[in-house]
Amino acid sequence: MHEMSLCESVLRLIEDSAESNHFSKVKTVWLEIGSLAAVEPEAMRFNFDLIMKGTLVEGAKLELIEVPATAWCTACEKDVEISQRYDGCPCCGETGLTLSSGDEMRIRELEVV
Amino acid sequence: MCRVCGCGEGETTIEGREHRHDSHHHNHREQTHGGHIHDYGQGAAHAHAPGMSQSRMVQVEQDILSRNNQYAATNRNHFVSHRILALNLLSSPGSGKTTLLTKSLVQLQREFAVAVIEGDQQTANDAECIRATGVKAVQINTGRGCHLDAHMVGHAVESLQPEKESILFIENVGNLVCPAAFDLGEARKVVILSVTEGEDKPLKYPDMFHAADLMLLNKIDLLPHLDFNVEQCIENARRINPGIRVICLSATTGEGIDGWLQWLNNERDLLTASDQVSAEG
Repeated sequence: MHEMSLCESVLRLIEDSAESNHFSKVKTVWLEIGSLAAVEPEAMRFNFDLIMKGTLVEGAKLELIEVPATAWCTACEKDVEISQRYDGCPCCGETGLTLSSGDEMRIRELEVV
Repeated sequence: MCRVCGCGEGETTIEGREHRHDSHHHNHREQTHGGHIHDYGQGAAHAHAPGMSQSRMVQVEQDILSRNNQYAATNRNHFVSHRILALNLLSSPGSGKTTLLTKSLVQLQREFAVAVIEGDQQTANDAECIRATGVKAVQINTGRGCHLDAHMVGHAVESLQPEKESILFIENVGNLVCPAAFDLGEARKVVILSVTEGEDKPLKYPDMFHAADLMLLNKIDLLPHLDFNVEQCIENARRINPGIRVICLSATTGEGIDGWLQWLNNERDLLTASDQVSAEG
């Protein structure tokens, strides 16, 4: 639901970057989205096209890189992959794990001209 | 439209006025993007085919919410320096947030300065309900937006001018998904869940319950008429967030309200105590 404002934020950051890095057109945008970031890829693509219309990002390709969710298990002393926030450790069943990755929403890089 | 701050397409209004940019109190800090440019020369990026195009790669490596987070930090500094206890109230629509708030305000305003920021997509109904209690309130209408962001709240604070040492309630848009991601600069997030909603809400909307410091379980006067397992609900919330505090109450009958008011009192004391520590330090 908030994909629209995320796309607006992406546009603002790209506009800032355009000023400091001197480019006038964006061809590709790479975003890293954690699998627990509550971002729907389809909604993101739909809103991306809509929001970028009439801007330097219009027509750019959106590449979404899904970052898998991992959490630190204190019992196993390692990061384990999880699919939900409340998942226990898949190795030992320990609960209350601390999320290490999976909730990020980042602009990684741009292909510009 | 406010391009500099990144607010919506002119749809956000603060109590009937379109958001105006000339009254800004924010520092639009110079954004430093690092932005190492990887020049791929004549070739298209990733294609390494010289002569094909002029495109190059720019590494941005920035959090999409970094702007919101900067505004949130500005708000937080303002709240801390004015010893304002700012609380972000979150829930789904119809959980009884506004009723709970109006009931609480009647008692709170005898002791404290209180102010309210109301967030809804449309109408100023909620701010009017709050003002009827004698407490000052400002309404933010987000238009298409499904959550408040730190920038809107900064403007609302500017317009509302909450007093020093007051309690500021920020009633977010009724929505258990999006508001979880947007820091407003609050001291605490309070999620309100009503027993008419189902005890698995914390599992269905884990981000919200993970982000919250306190869960208020509202409408407990209706429990005799419902098939709602309070213990199961609390267990679900703690599965997501082992440290979450829980208070069961009914805004309608007043049962449990004292516990909530006590929690507010404690939070105010904590704020003052940390202030004294920093003053002594």
